[in-house]
Amino acid sequence: MKRRGLFLPIVATLGFVFLYAPIISLVVFSFNESRLVTVWGGFSTRWYGELLNDGQMLSAAWISLKVGMISATLATAIGTLAAFVLTRFSRFRGKLLLTGMVTAPLVMPEVITGLSLLLLFVAMETTLGWPSGRGLTTVVIAHATFCAAYVTVIAQSRLRDMDESLEEAARDLGAGPVRVFFDITLPVIAPALISGWLLAFTLSLDDLVIASFVSGPGASTLPMVIFSKVRLGVSPDVNALATIIIVIVAIAVTIAGLLLRRQSKKNP
Amino acid sequence: MSAAAPVWAMSRRGAVLALAALAVLLRMDVLPIAADAGAPLSLLVAAAALLFLAVELGDWLGISRRWLVIAVPMLWLFVFFLVPFIVLGRISLAEPMIARPPYSPLWERGPDGSFNIIASFENFQFLYEDALYRNAYLSSIRVAGISTIFALLIGYPIAYYIARSPEPRRSVLLLLVILPFWTSFLLRVYAWIGFLRRDGVINNILSWLGVIDEPLVMMQTDFAVYIGIVYTYLPFMILPLYATLVKLDDSLLEAAGDLGASPTVTFLTVTLPLSLPGIVAGSMLVFIPAIGEYVIPALLGGPDTLMIGRVLWDEFFSSRDWPVASAVAIVMLVLVVVPIMWLQAVQNREAPK
Repeated sequence: MKRRGLFLPIVATLGFVFLYAPIISLVVFSFNESRLVTVWGGFSTRWYGELLNDGQMLSAAWISLKVGMISATLATAIGTLAAFVLTRFSRFRGKLLLTGMVTAPLVMPEVITGLSLLLLFVAMETTLGWPSGRGLTTVVIAHATFCAAYVTVIAQSRLRDMDESLEEAARDLGAGPVRVFFDITLPVIAPALISGWLLAFTLSLDDLVIASFVSGPGASTLPMVIFSKVRLGVSPDVNALATIIIVIVAIAVTIAGLLLRRQSKKNP
Repeated sequence: MSAAAPVWAMSRRGAVLALAALAVLLRMDVLPIAADAGAPLSLLVAAAALLFLAVELGDWLGISRRWLVIAVPMLWLFVFFLVPFIVLGRISLAEPMIARPPYSPLWERGPDGSFNIIASFENFQFLYEDALYRNAYLSSIRVAGISTIFALLIGYPIAYYIARSPEPRRSVLLLLVILPFWTSFLLRVYAWIGFLRRDGVINNILSWLGVIDEPLVMMQTDFAVYIGIVYTYLPFMILPLYATLVKLDDSLLEAAGDLGASPTVTFLTVTLPLSLPGIVAGSMLVFIPAIGEYVIPALLGGPDTLMIGRVLWDEFFSSRDWPVASAVAIVMLVLVVVPIMWLQAVQNREAPK
C-alpha cells in the first residue's frame, strides 16, 4: 500500500469507540448519586456500599468463584490430555470423533448444551441415582465440559508450535513417555495452560444460560442473580459490580500482556 | 525400565490410596473447608485416584498406557457431550406428563406383560404445524445472518488495520480487541440498555445536540438485538480475520500494485480471496451462536422479537414442556450442523500449515 488513506484509521477508531463507549459509560454511571442510571446526579460511591451489603449477590459471587476454580482446573486437565492425544498420537480409532467432540462445544448454542446436559443429569438420576438433585456439582461438570474445548484449542496450538526434538532427545536419553510428558512437555506448554485455565475460569464466571439449566436451589451463580436483577430494569449496583470486574480484568490482562511481551523478547 | 521404576510404582500406589481417602473425607464433609465445595472437590480428587488406578490396572493387564491417555478425554466428552444429545433425541420423542421427570418413560409394561415403546414424532409435527415455531426459526436465521454481515463489515477494516500496524501498536490494539471479551458478556449487554433507553445516553446526546425533538425508540426493537449481537460477537469476527490477514505476504500486494492494479482492484483480487478462510471462520463463529442466542433478545429485544433460543427457554422454564423443548433443540441442532461442518472443514485445511 503506497497511499495510506484515512479510511482505515477512521473506521478502526470508530470500531474501538463502538467497543468501549458502553463499557466506559457503565463505569461512569456507577459513581452516579442518582438512582436513574442515565441522569447525572453528582459523584457518589453509595452503590459500592450497597453492593457490599447485598448478601444474595455476595454469596452468589462466592459460588461462582468456587465453580470457576474447580471447573477451570478440571477443564485444563481434560483439555490438555485431549490436545496431547490429538497432536502427539498418530492415527487411532476414534480420533475423528474426538476432534469433533472438542470443536463442537466451541460453537454449540448454549441453550442446546444446557438443555441436553440437564436432561442427561435427570436421566442419570432416575436410572443411576447420581447426581442426586442439581447444584454445584452439576454446574461444575457442565462448565468443565464446555471449557475443556477452549483449553484444548489453546494447548493444541502450543503443542504444534513446540519443538518436538526436545521430547525426542529426552526419549533417546532413556526417559519413559510419562517422564517425558511431566519433565519436558508440561513445563514447555505451561504458559499456554495458564492462559487456558484463565480463559476457562472467565468463561465459567460469565456463563448464564448453561448454569440456569443445570443449577439447582441454593446454587445460583452470580450471572443468574445479575440477570434476574437486570431483567427488572437498570440498577446502579450492577454498574458498581461491573466496574469492579472491569478493573480486575484490565489489571490482569495488562500484567499478562507485559509478561508475554517480556517472554517473547527473551526467546523470539 | 530403570532402577527407579519400583519407587515410582510404589509412590503411585500410595497416591491412589491417599487420593481415595481424601475423596472420601471430602465427600463426608469432615474437612474444614466450605461445606458445599466438598462434593465437587471430591469428584476432582476421585477422578485423579481413578486415573492412577487405571494406570496400575492397565499395567497389570498389559494394556498400553497410550489407550488410557486417550480414554480420559474421550470418555469425559462422550458421557457429557455426546450422550446428552442422545438423551435429547429420545426425550423429543416422548410425551409430556405430569410426573417427575415430566415426560413419558421410554417403554411401558402392558397389562399382559408386553413391552410397549412410547415414541412419536408428534412434537415435531406440532413444531411444523404451529406458525410460531416456523417464524421463530426463520427470524433467528435472519437476525443471525444480518448481524453476521454487519459484524463482517465492521470487523474487516479493524482486523485489516491491526494486521497492517507496526509492532508495538499491533499488540496493544489486539489486546484492546480481546479485553472486552474477558469482561462479563452479560454486563456488556446490560451496558447497552443504558445506551438505548428512552432516557438513555444516545437520546440524551442527540437531543442535547438538537438533532431530535422526540426521543428515539431503540430499546425492545430488532435494531437493539442487532446491535447487541454485533457488539458481543465482534471479537470473534476480528480475531480469525486478523489471523489470516497478518499472514498476508506484502510482496503480493506490491506485485499487484507494480502491475498497475489500483488499491481497490488489489484488494478485491488479492487480499479478499486470500482472507476467505478468515471470513468463513469469523462468520461461522458469529452466526452459529447467534442463532440460539437467548440473553440478547431477552434483555434488548421486545416481546415480538422472536428468536428460537428464547422460544426454547420459555418452553422449558415457563411451559415446563420438556419434550417440545427437546424437539425445538433437535431442529435447531440440524440447522447449525451444516455451518459447524463448514467451520471444521476450514479449520482442518488451515491446521497442517
